[in-house]
Amino acid sequence: MGLGPYLLLATLEGLVQAAVLCITAAGLSLVFGVMRVVNVAHGEFVMLGAVIAWYAASLLTGHPALGFVVALIISPLIVGAIAALSERLILKRLDYNPEATIVATIGLLYIIQQSVLILYGPDARPVDPPFYYTIRLPWFGYSAYKLFVIGAAILIMGLIWFVLQKTRAGLIMRATQFDRETAQAFGIPVDKVSAYVFALGAGLAAIAGILVVPIQQAHYLMGTDPLLLSFIVVIIGGLGSMSGTVVAAILIGLSDGILSMMFSPTLAKMVSTLLVALVLVFRPNGLFGKAAR
Amino acid sequence: MLKIEDFDSYYGQSQALRGFSISVSPGEVLCLLGRNGAGKTTALKSIMGIVPPKRGRISLNGVDLTALPPNRIPMHGIGYVPQGRRLFSELTVRENLEIGLMTRQTGAEAMERALSYFPALRERFHQRSGTLSGGEQSMLAMARALCIEPTILMLDEPTEGLMPSMIAAIRDVVVKLREEGVGILLVEQRIDAVLPVADRIAFMDHGEIKVEMEIDAVRADTSILKKYLGVGH
Repeated sequence: MGLGPYLLLATLEGLVQAAVLCITAAGLSLVFGVMRVVNVAHGEFVMLGAVIAWYAASLLTGHPALGFVVALIISPLIVGAIAALSERLILKRLDYNPEATIVATIGLLYIIQQSVLILYGPDARPVDPPFYYTIRLPWFGYSAYKLFVIGAAILIMGLIWFVLQKTRAGLIMRATQFDRETAQAFGIPVDKVSAYVFALGAGLAAIAGILVVPIQQAHYLMGTDPLLLSFIVVIIGGLGSMSGTVVAAILIGLSDGILSMMFSPTLAKMVSTLLVALVLVFRPNGLFGKAAR
Repeated sequence: MLKIEDFDSYYGQSQALRGFSISVSPGEVLCLLGRNGAGKTTALKSIMGIVPPKRGRISLNGVDLTALPPNRIPMHGIGYVPQGRRLFSELTVRENLEIGLMTRQTGAEAMERALSYFPALRERFHQRSGTLSGGEQSMLAMARALCIEPTILMLDEPTEGLMPSMIAAIRDVVVKLREEGVGILLVEQRIDAVLPVADRIAFMDHGEIKVEMEIDAVRADTSILKKYLGVGH
């Protein structure tokens, strides 16, 4: 394969990674933006989404699309409910204190991870994609499912934008994000908003987990990489900035995909980390971030 | 009538309000005056439940609001213009007003009424509030609070940093609201900002109300201003 087609393949792989990263990081960014909580357990919600997708695929025999669709419906709900419960039992009681919630979500990370290890086991288990179709290009064939993932990410990010910008719920979330104290003075129940946002962020992570599991298998340790990459994305994009998250996810996804294929995954991670360092030095609030009130 | 009885409020271990008690009747302007750190802003925040008092009672028209969470207080008709305006600067003028409307589930008529006090805001309807001039921001902060159709309106230094023409415009709205029967609790540092509109003045120092006087009595005895504000008049 020539350099051009190889670069095209690497770009497509990068876009798939960017797509999944975009959804995962959007959840993390939303939670930080509204609650000012750095959720270290976010990657575990991705893993939970993938594991539930495996259970759905295993229990529902027949066409793989059936398990996939059921997982897309129930997984965000289950993971969102677990997140909302964690928010009520842990984060609210800590009064969303930034330092305390970091420690608490580290604890949550291990509780979820080890619970899955006990219940699901240590094996990596594959999940069939909802459909098998290969798009034949002149130089190589490419999985249509992977293109579906890119399309799904565009759709979900569009939906997030619509909810945030055009709905009453979005207005409440944005007002809470900008100034919790004043939001309360105008009747907004910021505690409830926090619970919903934490559940929504976890639900988005679960969707990312479902979308990615036919590509990389479900495993109890699979939450680590999405967490690290999501942190890189939200730091570069600007904590709490949704547009920054999208731009940074595309940047990191593409650079990671292309560098991993053209050179080595290690170099790709080095470049991502270097970008974070540069952003932290020259633009501490990220490319699109603003200092919080 | 808004009635506050014996509020004690704290920031951590530091007591910010001591036995704070006031009442504001419909169609009355009560001004809280005092130096920086006297506890004026804390008093308003405690009434809104943002700095919850450890002791005391708050009622509006006989309804006990003491145990309510902060987001339920405005639903009873207490509007609040915080110090520094605290607009949602990334939101448009319209969105800021919509936040005000959420409070009591009131509709577009309430927004229209609020805008009738500040018609200039209509031209800025889709502009981000953070890009407005200081005067426009003050108007928006008041209009947002008026969207809840308050029976009591609390204003924390609404004229701070404004030019004289804008101060006069805001004063006119305060007078108009008073005539319409809205009770107003006005926090200010400068006596000249409150003399034209106040019915009563409560002087605060170290978190306490030291003395409360009718406006005519303050005009007659300006030595009180020297004592609590450090200014002659």
